[in-house]
Amino acid sequence: MRRLIDRAIKGLFFLAAFLSVMVLLGIFGMLLINGIKAFAVIELSDFFFGSDWNPSAYGKPTFGILSMLVSTFLVTLGAMLIAIPLGVGAATYLAQVASNKTRLILKPIIELLAAIPSVVVGFIGIVMVGPLIARVFGLSNGLTALNGSILLAVMSLPTIITVAEDAIRAVPHNFIEGSYALGANQWTTLMRVTLPAAFSGIIAAIILGMGRAIGETMTVLMATGNALAMPQGFFDPVRTMTATIAIELGEVPYGTTHYYSLFAVGALLFIISLGINLIAENIAARYRYKA
Amino acid sequence: MKKRLPLIFLFFGFLCWSCNPKHGHVENLLIKGSDTEVNLVLTLAETYMMEDPDISIAITGGGSGAGIAALINGKTSIANSSRAMKAEELTMANDRGVYPLATVLGIDAIAIIVHKDCPINEISKHQLAAIYSGRLNNWKYLGGSDEEISLYGRQSNSGTFVYFRDSIVQAEYSSDVKQMNGTAQIVEAIKNDRNGIGYVGVGYVQENKDQINQHFKVLAVKANDQSSAYLPTLASNIENGNYPITRPLFQYTNGHPKGKLRQFLRYCLSAEGQALVQKSGYFPVTKAYWKQNEQALVMGQNK
Repeated sequence: MRRLIDRAIKGLFFLAAFLSVMVLLGIFGMLLINGIKAFAVIELSDFFFGSDWNPSAYGKPTFGILSMLVSTFLVTLGAMLIAIPLGVGAATYLAQVASNKTRLILKPIIELLAAIPSVVVGFIGIVMVGPLIARVFGLSNGLTALNGSILLAVMSLPTIITVAEDAIRAVPHNFIEGSYALGANQWTTLMRVTLPAAFSGIIAAIILGMGRAIGETMTVLMATGNALAMPQGFFDPVRTMTATIAIELGEVPYGTTHYYSLFAVGALLFIISLGINLIAENIAARYRYKA
Repeated sequence: MKKRLPLIFLFFGFLCWSCNPKHGHVENLLIKGSDTEVNLVLTLAETYMMEDPDISIAITGGGSGAGIAALINGKTSIANSSRAMKAEELTMANDRGVYPLATVLGIDAIAIIVHKDCPINEISKHQLAAIYSGRLNNWKYLGGSDEEISLYGRQSNSGTFVYFRDSIVQAEYSSDVKQMNGTAQIVEAIKNDRNGIGYVGVGYVQENKDQINQHFKVLAVKANDQSSAYLPTLASNIENGNYPITRPLFQYTNGHPKGKLRQFLRYCLSAEGQALVQKSGYFPVTKAYWKQNEQALVMGQNK
């Protein structure tokens, strides 16, 4: 009887794992099948290297995603430049420096940050962060890539901090004690022993945060201006891939080139996240046993 | 538990009442489309539902394009649209056995707003076209200071976006136009941008009359360089056709509306309905559109 239950439960878990893989493959398959149809009309080179995206144009529609790609990378890069030092720093503090009491207060507060809906963050971007950026940098408005980066950094912080802190805390105590025993001080121990040992976990944290930033839609849709022009830097408005899909998928009639091209953008976004995850896995695996 | 007993009875009583056969068959109508029209149609539907309990109307926004797409895909009874359907949308609909028919619900005007400190008070249609197509990009050409114009507009799923492009700009929008996610966001951005210019439905401006000149400014618009400029905040300017940026608000149905659908549309055009249109910041259907409406609704009489 007990063995039967064992087996049933094993089967159930396998089914759950199998189902999630099937869902993933199904989604990817659907994106790809619909996306490929776009290329019956659009030239591949026009799609990837054209910088004009204007499917519902006054004149001839264009389907170039280059400026969208640049926008997505720009915003994500900015978000990571802000979030990685802050996030890893906070995680290190929580795991190694802070007293137990401080940690018990701080951690739930940081996790609460993840509970703020993205619309709210976007709204804060429009009425607070944007105008602040405009004032600090002397711009006429703050609906820029920088605005998006700051907001996305805030949104990815809880993920980065929580996962990185777990990774740092998981470093075996004898590593750290060994370091102290060899005469290293706290700083050296942290930089030379603890953080390298937790490296794979920290990379995982960063990648998860990056995934959050790349895939985030509502916030960038609201706060970055969505101008179609190719951005020249962090002070220009940007229109990301996610924002484009969100703006246009609602209006587009089924089965048109525009409809399929949005699926192509979605498929590309999927491939990008997949690629980043694979690279991260690779890095993590390579460093896992070095420390 | 005992205390809750009456409550439970009440609940079941309500259940029984709501499935009472005498209550009749409730017909569901779905309306989707223009964000400009969504609040207005919601008001109309709520008032109408009070008069006729056998109808249930669900309304969503999403932009005119979304409404028209839903009509073409057979997913809505009425598509609210603040622009006329495009030729290719009509062919696409016909290909799928959908024959869109428009009634005009009311008239909307588009206001041009700028930052409260902007020195300019009036603008011509011609200048607007030059600004939004990117040919004119500095305030100094309009008599302002030497600053780049910061453009705000709606997103491509908005009927206002299409109307403004097709009727005013009549060219491709400049790729520097910041595409905002709704009227309120354009206003919010203009409040903070001393070089900003944006277009919004006049209903929004009238609802927030107290903010005019406090937070943003409404420009008077000239039809051409010779004519005088008119403010959209004065209702008479729009009703007599002096204000140059107006458009009809459409409700598209698949073929001649029948039954409850037709009754609701007729209610929208009744004196009571048109009063609500005015109350919501829009303008009653002008004579030019009455014939079109009558044709659409009267011919639907033979069920």
